[in-house]
Amino acid sequence: MKPGIAEVLEIHEKGKRDSLIPILQEIQEKEGYLSEEAVVEVGKHLDIPSSRIYGVATFYNQFRFQPTGRYHIQVCRGTACHVLGSATVLEHLEKLLHIKAGQTTRDGLFSIEIVACIGACGLAPVINVGGEFHAQVDAARVAEIIDEYRKREETI
Amino acid sequence: MDCTIEVNNKKIAAEKGELLIDALSRNGIRVPTLCHMKNFMPSGSCRMCVVENQSNGRLITSCSYPVEEGMKIQTNSPRVVESRKVIVELLLSNHPDDCLYCVRNGKCTLQDLAGEHNVVERRISGKKNDHHKDLSSLSIVRDPDKCILCGRCVRVCEEVMDVSAIDYINRGSRSVIGTAFNKGLNVSSCVNCGQCILVCPTGALSEKPHINEVQMALNDKDKMVIVQYAPAVTVSIAEEFGLEPGADLNGMLNAALRKMGFDRVYDTSFSADLTIMEESAELIHRIQNNGVLPMITSCCPAWIKYAEEFAHDMLPNLSTCKSPQQMLGAVVKSHISEKEQKDPHQIYSVSIMPCVAKKFEAQRENMTHRGITDVDAVLSTRELIRLIRLYGIEIEKLEPETADSPLGVRSSAGKLFGNTGGVMEAAIRTAYYALTGKDLVSFRIPEIRGFRGRKETRIRIGDLELGVAVVSGLKNAHLLLEEIRNGRNDIHFIEVMACPGGCVAGGGQRIGCGESDILARMRTLYAIDDQETIKMSHKNPEVAELYREFLGEPLGHKSHELLHTSYMKRDVML
Ligand code: SF4
Ligand code: SF4
Ligand code: SF4
Ligand code: FES
Ligand code: FES
Repeated sequence: MKPGIAEVLEIHEKGKRDSLIPILQEIQEKEGYLSEEAVVEVGKHLDIPSSRIYGVATFYNQFRFQPTGRYHIQVCRGTACHVLGSATVLEHLEKLLHIKAGQTTRDGLFSIEIVACIGACGLAPVINVGGEFHAQVDAARVAEIIDEYRKREETI
Repeated sequence: MDCTIEVNNKKIAAEKGELLIDALSRNGIRVPTLCHMKNFMPSGSCRMCVVENQSNGRLITSCSYPVEEGMKIQTNSPRVVESRKVIVELLLSNHPDDCLYCVRNGKCTLQDLAGEHNVVERRISGKKNDHHKDLSSLSIVRDPDKCILCGRCVRVCEEVMDVSAIDYINRGSRSVIGTAFNKGLNVSSCVNCGQCILVCPTGALSEKPHINEVQMALNDKDKMVIVQYAPAVTVSIAEEFGLEPGADLNGMLNAALRKMGFDRVYDTSFSADLTIMEESAELIHRIQNNGVLPMITSCCPAWIKYAEEFAHDMLPNLSTCKSPQQMLGAVVKSHISEKEQKDPHQIYSVSIMPCVAKKFEAQRENMTHRGITDVDAVLSTRELIRLIRLYGIEIEKLEPETADSPLGVRSSAGKLFGNTGGVMEAAIRTAYYALTGKDLVSFRIPEIRGFRGRKETRIRIGDLELGVAVVSGLKNAHLLLEEIRNGRNDIHFIEVMACPGGCVAGGGQRIGCGESDILARMRTLYAIDDQETIKMSHKNPEVAELYREFLGEPLGHKSHELLHTSYMKRDVML
């Protein structure tokens, strides 16, 4: 078992099903996502079938099941960003990268996550790419941004 | 009855706290349902069963609402009727609408409800479902586009089978039923029992079809096509052809199969007898040589896969006997092919089973000898019915015929395999004879008969007291195994059938059979046992002949090569 998973399970009582969500959160915190191994191990620990855990985890938006890409993109879907068109931003990103929120591109470069207000409402709509904020983005700007990161990769 | 309620302005007697739907049905009012399942906790998720509570004007779900004294109910007020209709229309709004191309055409609850509610035009249109079909399993096909999310499959899989291969995933409009990580059913913990197919109201779940392969073989002049049918099949098709439920169509089925062009027609009950010869010898061997006990039967492939996944600590307890289906296949492609001077590659071996797990079993790697598969195609009872219709055979009008010899004569003990408890009863009869040299005087063992999911008894055989247990429904198997793990040691022999009630209620049987149909099938199998003269597997003359001519002895060298197998721990996502 991966040490990250083991560490989390160690501090949670065996068979205590109420701890499911906190355990999943803590594992995602450590590992960045919920791997198959994580789901199976949590299942053993709490005596819950893996299909149920996956079902519960997919019910919430916060969990992802693929490791994040090198450039993890957070799209703010808070109110301010929403009003100024974050839905279109998200839609364009998904089309451009051929992935949905929660997924990672095949080359492992990009992943998308939807987040609630990230406290930069003045700059709405905002996205955060690998820790760098981009303000007042729209469809055209999104394409440029992705291009910039791709270029950056090539020059490395 | 301890209270009175008013339904459609008429007083009826009811039981306080019982489900409203039960009180209504007792009084001749059928309420349409989708998610409701008898004997399960109500889920109340589809709202198809709404009725109007006149006391407060609310629509309530009758499948989950308890009866209260003095309730006033309307079951077909305009509000009720309209609301049910809208539910059907909403379900249809994203449905593929390809009924004519659907395996469940004519046997679909959604279709029926649309008809009953007079849905004749599309008032609500939505985006059509667009998911991938899951064709990965050797037994089950999943078509999530046709799923109406009633959750019946999920509940059967968890509550009856203790497997939980599937569950609701995602949320809201993106909800689907799927496995962990939405992977193929083939890499999930699914044990292929097919019980989910039986409860699915639509075409979202069905068996992996083998009809085309069988037709192709039948059309191939170079192939000798042999067929075998399981004990439960002959008593499970009568209703389909307008005959009494549970009626035995054995002779007519023989005739029908010959009309379709099968070159040899064999009865799997013959190899059930063969299984009993091997299995009872194995049991005695284990008892006399301090072998691993309790021994557990191995003829149900869904149980075997369950054990390989969830109970691999018990694999040494499993009988090494192949199932009757595989035994018959193996004998055909060795002994019969020799006798008939046919290259085994020219023989195409078909079986007709009340089961979809048998499709998986036939393709297990170790179900071959010298690279030759025992069984090439497995049809479910449902596919048999389709084939009978496809070939235009009016089975109800045929003159009965007998099965082909050898491998056509059976004892009524072999026929009992279709019922839960049947394998056990047959095995006890033969073990008794093997140990005492005498036949049981009263051949019936009533304690292990009947539909119950868990049965136990003790049988005196000479100075041995044999403890036996019979379980059906894998949840019951799980509970029994837990007792054994916790130290119970008074049981020597256990029969496990995955399907509740045994193969008469198998996952390959007709859709829409009720408990009364299944009980009728059970009764017929016991009636056959009462009426026929050969009641013990060791008295089957053709089985004896096969040992003389070919196999030698139970557990002998040839048996080991052809009739026994091994199991392995399976790593799947549990
Ligand atoms: S076939 Fe049986 S084990 Fe598999 S999903 Fe259906 S109910 Fe569950
Ligand atoms: S697959 Fe069938 S039984 Fe399962 S939820 Fe969908 S419609 Fe219901
Ligand atoms: S109980 Fe019978 S029908 Fe059901 S899975 Fe087992 S062998 Fe098949
Ligand atoms: S709503 Fe997007 S940063 Fe606050
Ligand atoms: S049948 Fe009552 S809510 Fe589904």
